[in-house]
Amino acid sequence: MKKQLVPESSSSRFDLLSEEIVFIILDFLNENPLDKKSFSRVSRSFYAIESRHRKFLKPLRSEHLTKILNRYRFVSTLDLSMCPRITDASLGVISGRCKEMLRSINLSRSKFFSHVGLTNLVMNCGNLVEIDLSNATELKDSAAAAIAGAKNLERLCLARCKSITDIGIGCIAVGCRKLRLLSLKWCLGVADLGVGLIAVKCKEIRSLDLSYLPITSKSLSQILQLQQLEDLVLEGCFGIDDDSLAALKLGCKSLQTLDMSSCQNVSHVGLSSLNSLAECLQQLNLSYGSRVDRALADSLQNLSMLHSVKLDGCQVTCSGLKAIGNWCVSLKELSLSKCMGVTDEGLSSVVTKHKDMKQLDITCCRKITHLSLANITNSCTSLVSLKMESCTSVSAEAFVLIGQRCQFLEELDVTDNEIDDDAGITDSSILAIACGCPGLEMINIAYCEFISDRSLKSLSKCSKLNTLESRGCPLITSSGLAAIAVGCKQLFKLDIKKCRNVDDAGMIPLAHFSQNLKQINLSYSSVTDVGLLSLASISCLQSITILHLEGLTPSGLVAALLACGGLIKVKLHASFKSLLPPLLFEHLDARGCTFQWRAKTFQAELDPKCWKLQLADAE
Amino acid sequence: MDPEERPCADTWTKSSSGSESLQTRPTNTSFNDFNTQQTFSFNNPFGAQISVTSNLNNQKQMSDPQESNNTQDWDPRAMLNNLSFLEKKIHQLQDLVHVIVRRRGQNTGQADEILVQQQQLMTADLTSIIVQLISTAGSLLPSVKQTLCPESSISQQFGVTNQTAGVSDNVVFQHNNSVNKLEDPSDMTGFFGAEQNCPIEDHEMKSDDDADEGENLPPGSYEILQLEKEEILAPHTHFCMICGKGFKRDANLRMHMRGHGDEYKTPAALTKPHKESSSEPILIKRYSCPYIGCKRNKDHKKFQPLKTILCVKNHYKRTHCDKTYTCSRCNTKKFSVIADLKTHEKHCGRDKWLCSCGTTFSRKDKLFGHIALFQGHTPAIPVEESKGSAGPSNKVEQLEFKYKSDAPSGSSCRNVMDLEGSGEDPISYFSPLNFETSGIDGFQEFPRPPFEDSESSFSFLLSGSCDYPPKNGRYTGSNDME
Repeated sequence: MKKQLVPESSSSRFDLLSEEIVFIILDFLNENPLDKKSFSRVSRSFYAIESRHRKFLKPLRSEHLTKILNRYRFVSTLDLSMCPRITDASLGVISGRCKEMLRSINLSRSKFFSHVGLTNLVMNCGNLVEIDLSNATELKDSAAAAIAGAKNLERLCLARCKSITDIGIGCIAVGCRKLRLLSLKWCLGVADLGVGLIAVKCKEIRSLDLSYLPITSKSLSQILQLQQLEDLVLEGCFGIDDDSLAALKLGCKSLQTLDMSSCQNVSHVGLSSLNSLAECLQQLNLSYGSRVDRALADSLQNLSMLHSVKLDGCQVTCSGLKAIGNWCVSLKELSLSKCMGVTDEGLSSVVTKHKDMKQLDITCCRKITHLSLANITNSCTSLVSLKMESCTSVSAEAFVLIGQRCQFLEELDVTDNEIDDDAGITDSSILAIACGCPGLEMINIAYCEFISDRSLKSLSKCSKLNTLESRGCPLITSSGLAAIAVGCKQLFKLDIKKCRNVDDAGMIPLAHFSQNLKQINLSYSSVTDVGLLSLASISCLQSITILHLEGLTPSGLVAALLACGGLIKVKLHASFKSLLPPLLFEHLDARGCTFQWRAKTFQAELDPKCWKLQLADAE
Repeated sequence: MDPEERPCADTWTKSSSGSESLQTRPTNTSFNDFNTQQTFSFNNPFGAQISVTSNLNNQKQMSDPQESNNTQDWDPRAMLNNLSFLEKKIHQLQDLVHVIVRRRGQNTGQADEILVQQQQLMTADLTSIIVQLISTAGSLLPSVKQTLCPESSISQQFGVTNQTAGVSDNVVFQHNNSVNKLEDPSDMTGFFGAEQNCPIEDHEMKSDDDADEGENLPPGSYEILQLEKEEILAPHTHFCMICGKGFKRDANLRMHMRGHGDEYKTPAALTKPHKESSSEPILIKRYSCPYIGCKRNKDHKKFQPLKTILCVKNHYKRTHCDKTYTCSRCNTKKFSVIADLKTHEKHCGRDKWLCSCGTTFSRKDKLFGHIALFQGHTPAIPVEESKGSAGPSNKVEQLEFKYKSDAPSGSSCRNVMDLEGSGEDPISYFSPLNFETSGIDGFQEFPRPPFEDSESSFSFLLSGSCDYPPKNGRYTGSNDME
């Protein structure tokens, strides 16, 4: 695209522009990552300008790290989350090249470096503000002590660093006094002492994630005295109970977001303490907690700033929903996913009052009918995200309303919406949605059996579409997929599992046009070696799931795996394990690719009715 | 107190303090400003009930001594303690029998020697249970108590007052010939012959000179004694009149005396010298430290007296002497009282929580409290971990291993070795009295210092027979009484 815009001969004219102006032009070239690539290919000077301009880098392979860091000398943000094989040597390269320029580094998903590399990094890159070490399960307290040397650190994510204990956190608390964001999710070695010391030493903390930590009211009371705290996540903290929340009454006038999902020991008695946060609390997550009834809804009605409530997986009563409808605030986000007891009456009373609703999740609310959907589309016209998987009582005509009224919709999940064999989402519903919601980015139409290529062709008009899940739609063929590939250049996630009529003919346009595709599921489709091999030309492809492809041979698979250099996750049937050469595994493992083996036998086509009926019985 | 004395000292000091207070109790009434008191009763295994009065400041004083005596006669709490003790004892015995039954099942060709030993152990245990039961029952009946009263003096023969020759002049030997067969010490030896390897526990007496802070005796209400420096530091306080050999305690001296002739072997000669419980009020004795300017010196403005000779000794050594004993493990900590060193050695190296300033803590929360308090201090990462070999869990394993290697062979051997090296008369060590106190279980009755680690050092004993109950929480407070 850019090549046509900037012909070779006019490069001299561009030389007249100052570098700053070209930089500003480049700032606008961020819609498609490939655009900048094209720009840099124009000429030597463009190449140089582009390499000076780039601040953010997200390499797909760690082996080229030296080269790209030589080219991009002004990178301040380095996202290595796509490189699962970052070693101490790689960190040595980074700290040697980036020096003081580096401000942010993301090392999540890699566990091959140690405290030695981190010490090196922290020593050389004194301006580091952000480090993400998620999933570095092997890191010990010595690594935490190394991080403590980063005096300017403001954001630190240690999610799933299971081997770090209170001692390591203590080092960080003492060393990184400027911390504003800290995530300790799943750091199971950290308890009251470490968290308490964070509260004592790091007074700047704005955001704190303490999910699944074995903390009690002892450290919670200290945390709640942090004057700047805005965002607190306490998901799955079983040590927190009603009494612990009493500490809310004392301090913390700044808390804006509170996540207490899966806190089983908190009831509406404890939640009444939230009233002291009335002036500040904006988002509240009480998923998988106590029953949402009138008492609970009333205890929250004084929260005057509240605009987002998540109640996933809670038992909900009609009176509770009505009480929520009577809140004086106007909710922008409501999540009732997997809530038992959501009825047309209750949901309608909520959506008719909260007209500013932008995000609504009513997944698995099986009792609601077209009445609710009519109310939703009627009053919440600015809806951006609607998730209504398995709302099996909603009739086909109701979905047309979505296309007619919700023009700002970006996310739609209508997975598995059908009442009988002859009802449910049809092509006409999707047609209306595709026309009415041009900004659609994500759509899930899995298991909507009546959808055909016509739907896909209409969806191809939504140029921003990046996620398409059409699992289990047997009417879809390669031609529909080709239309999507051509129309939706942003596509990065595609699920065509159990689309039996999709074959190699669909893969070739995909390989050609969808250069942003990262994740694909081809299980049970009719794709063969040829189709798979053609996908190898998509350089950023990372994850493929290829179970039960009848046309797949071991040699074809080997060729495809070798050709897809960026793969980090492959889901394969266990029978291939013995058929593939062991050397291949070694090679792929060295590249950072992991295999997931599945031994499930081929299922012809289970009657979806039977498990649906079971679910209905259970309800 | 020296560790060599520990085994019996714990029980004996207790019973001696009991006997002291038996005598001093009447004097309490003479001090009416002695405002609050609490009464504790201890049953010792030999049936005598000794009431110990102590001023723990939470019970109104009884004005009438007789009345107070009556209320002290039967203390339901003591009874409960006795009963639970008995229950424990019986369980232990059951365990022992179980072991024997199992061994018989496994190995029929067992050595007779072990069998005999076990039988002896059981007999001893049973005897102790019976005696205890009778005494418990006896404490209920006033009439029985009266008849038991003389026996209390028998029991006193096993307790030794801590008075040094230089201080206590009014020691009266009470000749009591009505010694019950059961309580004949020579008989007891038979029971405990099997237990030649009884471990000798080092008892912590650290609280001795610190714990009496709460005591608030009005000046003049007690007699102040002051020992000279030489007396305090003298290794022996009891000397044989015939050969001049020195001993730390008079019981050991009496055992020694048996070698000098038959006249010293009579029960009367072996009886603990017992002070005449006269009706005239005896002044409470308190001690002063000879060091001028010390708070424990009687000339100090805020003088706080020391309660016992033992307190004087420990206080003087700790405060005014060089610290000559160095810990062989860390080579940094020094002590002037050898018992303190031994206590430290038990914990040395276990302070695994380290701060960047070099301070170590035995508890993680203490370390974090320290770090929260001081700017710039940070937790230090243990060396093993930075080498990548081990995390904290590994450290625990190491500790456990150390523990195990300590317990079975180490501690028992070391104690014996210590004893030989110290020049103390080994005979006293193996005397029936000593074994009795460490073997028989009656002394569980008495408070055990809270810091001792009984499980580790006793674990090698025959199962059940000599097991301490893990720490008696209810007794820890009362330990400060002496």
